[in-house]
Amino acid sequence: MGSDAFEIAINLVKMIVIFLLMVQLVPLLVWIERRGSAFIQNRFGPNRVGPLGLTQLLADAVKFIFKEEFIPSRSRKFLFYAAPVMSLIPGALAFGSIPLSLPINVEAFEMFGQTWGPYRFAFQSFEIGVGIVFVLGISSLGAYGMLTAGWASVNKYSIFGALRASAQMISYELALGLSLVGIILIYGTFDFSVMISEQTGPLSFMWFGSEVVIPFLPNWGIFYQPLGALLLFITMFAETNRAPFDLPEAEAELVAGYHTEYGGLKMNMFYIGEYGHMMVASALMTTFYFGGYHLPFVDPDTVNTALMYNGYSATMASVLTALTFHLVFFAKLFLFLWIFIWVRWTLPRFRYDQLMDLGWKKLLPWALANTMVTAVVVFLMRSWS
Amino acid sequence: MTSLVAILILALFVVAFGAGLLFLVSLVGPKPKYSSLKDSTYECGLPVQETGHSKIPVKFYLTAILFILFDIEIIFMYPWAVSFTEFIEQGMGLHVLLSMGFFLFVFIFGLVWEIKSRALEWN
Repeated sequence: MGSDAFEIAINLVKMIVIFLLMVQLVPLLVWIERRGSAFIQNRFGPNRVGPLGLTQLLADAVKFIFKEEFIPSRSRKFLFYAAPVMSLIPGALAFGSIPLSLPINVEAFEMFGQTWGPYRFAFQSFEIGVGIVFVLGISSLGAYGMLTAGWASVNKYSIFGALRASAQMISYELALGLSLVGIILIYGTFDFSVMISEQTGPLSFMWFGSEVVIPFLPNWGIFYQPLGALLLFITMFAETNRAPFDLPEAEAELVAGYHTEYGGLKMNMFYIGEYGHMMVASALMTTFYFGGYHLPFVDPDTVNTALMYNGYSATMASVLTALTFHLVFFAKLFLFLWIFIWVRWTLPRFRYDQLMDLGWKKLLPWALANTMVTAVVVFLMRSWS
Repeated sequence: MTSLVAILILALFVVAFGAGLLFLVSLVGPKPKYSSLKDSTYECGLPVQETGHSKIPVKFYLTAILFILFDIEIIFMYPWAVSFTEFIEQGMGLHVLLSMGFFLFVFIFGLVWEIKSRALEWN
């Protein structure tokens, strides 16, 4: 985590701030979802409490807190309380491993009569070299939260909702894992930061021994892996249990799925888990296929130099550059989050056999084909010269 | 190693955050009042037919078993994908490509077998 007290303290604060950032984005997303669905369905949505209905979030939070703490007496008490907490973990850990901006370079400085630094702080909770494998492994733990909730509720709707949710998650995880092999083949790394740094500049690749440069397109992963991007995008909807794959919550058949017996803040924690999962999914799409925190055709070094030229110190310029590119990342993140919401209020739900057929018989073979074609093309292009 | 410590600390913080929040909320909210009707299993207003754990369709077990088989096969592709470029640079590209081709053949054979044996039919 660091070598001295300053570095360890900053890393701890950073970790907690990023987690709280994720939690605090959830009410905002709920607001966007309610306003967005109202917009799509030609309604008003929440617009009474505060400007644009924004303080509705606060009112909802207060209501959640002062709810009666009721749990059914036949339920398994410990697991009933543990399930909402368990559903928080995967989203928080996976989101923490994704780089949200450029690393910040802090120059050496004097404090308490001692020289500190220089330091380099990554703009993420923790740096982990095997990023993709870690995120895949952690986000599949989400099934445990749901399964525990369904099992602990002792209610047939809950247990069937939980079973469906976990069967759906593991089925789509195959296509999800396989659709990422193509992008790993192209970049040859598991590390998110390396992957993002390879997506800078204009689109350029080797084509039978000669280098092709297309100056008006950014060097993004989607131009190398369009099918992989589409497959990842579809499977992410299923992994987050969002419409059109929200079979676990098919209210016409299963009341509310695995959280039928939950209420108040415990129910809200499942929402935090689900929206956290959505944020991870959007962040992965951004990182793999849309250049991460990079703005096309803008070199971060230029921004940094321009800031230093305007009289900022090296540390300050680094912080400001990182914050600028953080905003770029969030713009891309919110674009995908909006697509999640848009799709939910546009498409109808699948039937369960259609859902399983799509996962096993369509997405999995397509992901296999994508892997094979990518491998052959990478082999031909790399070994030509 | 240090990142593993960071992950552990973050996981503990998240658990403490969630558990602490649940505990604080239980202090603030009104005490629950139980009645036999309120405590009964949710059944759309009708008398309760069956509570909790009825039989679970065997399809779910089958899906889980198939998932484990295929997921392990996919995980084997990850180290291959990451080191493929290095193998090409050392002139072993064709050998590695064909090895994975054989592995994928086994994978596809298994998938076709599952589909033909109607293990994945849900209707």
